[in-house]
Amino acid sequence: MTAITGERILHASPLRKLLSRPELGSVVGAAAVFLFFALSADSFLKAPSLSTVLYASSTIGIMAVPVALLMIGGEFDLSAGVMVTSSALISSMFSYQMTANVWVGVGVSLLATLAVGAFNGFMLTRTKLPSFIITLGTFLMLTGINLGLTKLISGTVSTKTIADMEGFPTAHDVFAATLTLGGVDFKITILWWFALVALASWILLRTRAGNWIFAVGGNQDAARAVGVPVTKTKIGLYMGVAFGAWISGQHLLFSYDVVQSGEGVGNELIYIIAAVIGGCLITGGYGSAVGSAVGAFIFGMTSKGIVFAEWNPDWFKFFLGAMLLLATLLNAWVRKRAEASK
Amino acid sequence: MTQSAGRTALVELSDVSKHYGNVRALEGVSLQVHAGEITCVLGDNGAGKSTLIKIIAGLHQHDGGTLRIDGEETRLGSPREALDRGIATVYQDLAVVSLMPVWRNFFLGSEPRKGLGPFKRMDVDFMRRTTHSELLRMGIDLRDVDQPIGTLSGGERQCVAIARAVHFGAKVLVLDEPTAALGVKQSGVVLKYVAAARDQGLGVVLITHNPHHAYMVGDRFVLLKRGSMAGSHTRDSITLDELTRQMAGGNDLDDLRHELQRT
Repeated sequence: MTAITGERILHASPLRKLLSRPELGSVVGAAAVFLFFALSADSFLKAPSLSTVLYASSTIGIMAVPVALLMIGGEFDLSAGVMVTSSALISSMFSYQMTANVWVGVGVSLLATLAVGAFNGFMLTRTKLPSFIITLGTFLMLTGINLGLTKLISGTVSTKTIADMEGFPTAHDVFAATLTLGGVDFKITILWWFALVALASWILLRTRAGNWIFAVGGNQDAARAVGVPVTKTKIGLYMGVAFGAWISGQHLLFSYDVVQSGEGVGNELIYIIAAVIGGCLITGGYGSAVGSAVGAFIFGMTSKGIVFAEWNPDWFKFFLGAMLLLATLLNAWVRKRAEASK
Repeated sequence: MTQSAGRTALVELSDVSKHYGNVRALEGVSLQVHAGEITCVLGDNGAGKSTLIKIIAGLHQHDGGTLRIDGEETRLGSPREALDRGIATVYQDLAVVSLMPVWRNFFLGSEPRKGLGPFKRMDVDFMRRTTHSELLRMGIDLRDVDQPIGTLSGGERQCVAIARAVHFGAKVLVLDEPTAALGVKQSGVVLKYVAAARDQGLGVVLITHNPHHAYMVGDRFVLLKRGSMAGSHTRDSITLDELTRQMAGGNDLDDLRHELQRT
């Protein structure tokens, strides 16, 4: 039998391999944004500023990572933003009403938030409706529950302070501590963020579950036909988002002590934008966790850079929109080049 | 009906039927698949070929008749169950994920793993190496198993799918129109791999509407027409011309020719 040698397949050079990385576009974009603010804001390059930028990036990044995984798996979660608030509210109110130790509330919150994620995934795989509709429903319901239950239980739109409760200092250390490194203060969320990026990258690139995530997003029917547990994978992805929401929610609670029940609305889009800027295909099957981190970093740089440059922060959204368009165009262009040159 | 003496068929359908609501998709179809043989299922569009495949692949269950695997009467509940019993199906759309690298596709759904507990991970080196060597065994020399499978040609993708089924120890290979979307040369390449799989002792079900392709490799021929069986032949009981004539419509075609004939 004669072998079909890939005569039309040129050997892939290292440069070409680099060009085909999903996060390349976002890295180029991040470098451009960094340069831009480094030149236009004097204080941008100072260490404390960098720490502020990283902190802002991490609060988005912690959620952008599981949202990116979910997008690679071919789905959206519009409830991700308010789920963070729900998680914080549950933790705070359960602790205040039921127990003496905040850690119990933190645990209950984890279970409850994971249950919301599982509900999203279960509804999606059961009804086969688009995730846009399912999670829009969850988004609205959670928004209503957040406000309604909080008012019902504490009488106002925010929770009562739990700062004097047992376990608060340790929980504060875990979720909202400030670490000093070389004279500069860093928030612990940055560590959480990096750890999540590392974990998500490992799952995506080196585990069976990662293979399944790419497959259910890229071609769900094909995945099912070769025996991939599609339902389990999707529910798992939604529970991943819920896990991220739990960490973010606990950070929110333990850094401010009280939680406003109306917060979080609109953040779900920010997470999605960070993932898209980071190279996730909106149709699923392609993307990376590192990319979502770079996307979140672009976000952090822009939101804080505008302040350092002493511009009117009203312009933030404009920059964001422009950035999203540019990044997506750049991604599309890079990917086309990479695929055509193969 | 044909029966190889003393041998149990790998897969045997007798008098199988399937209804979708009040639509009869399949009625009284029988066929046998033996090790080292190719059973061709021929039929026009809408003849029930896809339904037949789905029953053998475990996607649908039959309503009437019996399905025997290794002589044992059974009902397949899921594609996974069919795979576990050694029936691998290569669909027309190939069940590959175009954006994923070749090696990830090759092992999709059956990834080998190493490591313990939470550190259990895919054996990536083994997967890359095996993909390369298994494809080489089928005669495809891919330099880069990392390229997205969507960048391969239709024939190559088909061969990857067949190589995958063979590697995972399939006893029965079901091929859904493997040559339908291919050019002449590519079709030839694919048929060669089909024959190679047969020579390795697999039983093959080849679904096609091309009698020339079927006759080149087939041992048994089952003709379907509007959901029911229009004929069942072994290779020595039918000629290519007769097969082509029956496939093209048989007597219907004669009538049509008669009607259209200009006087």
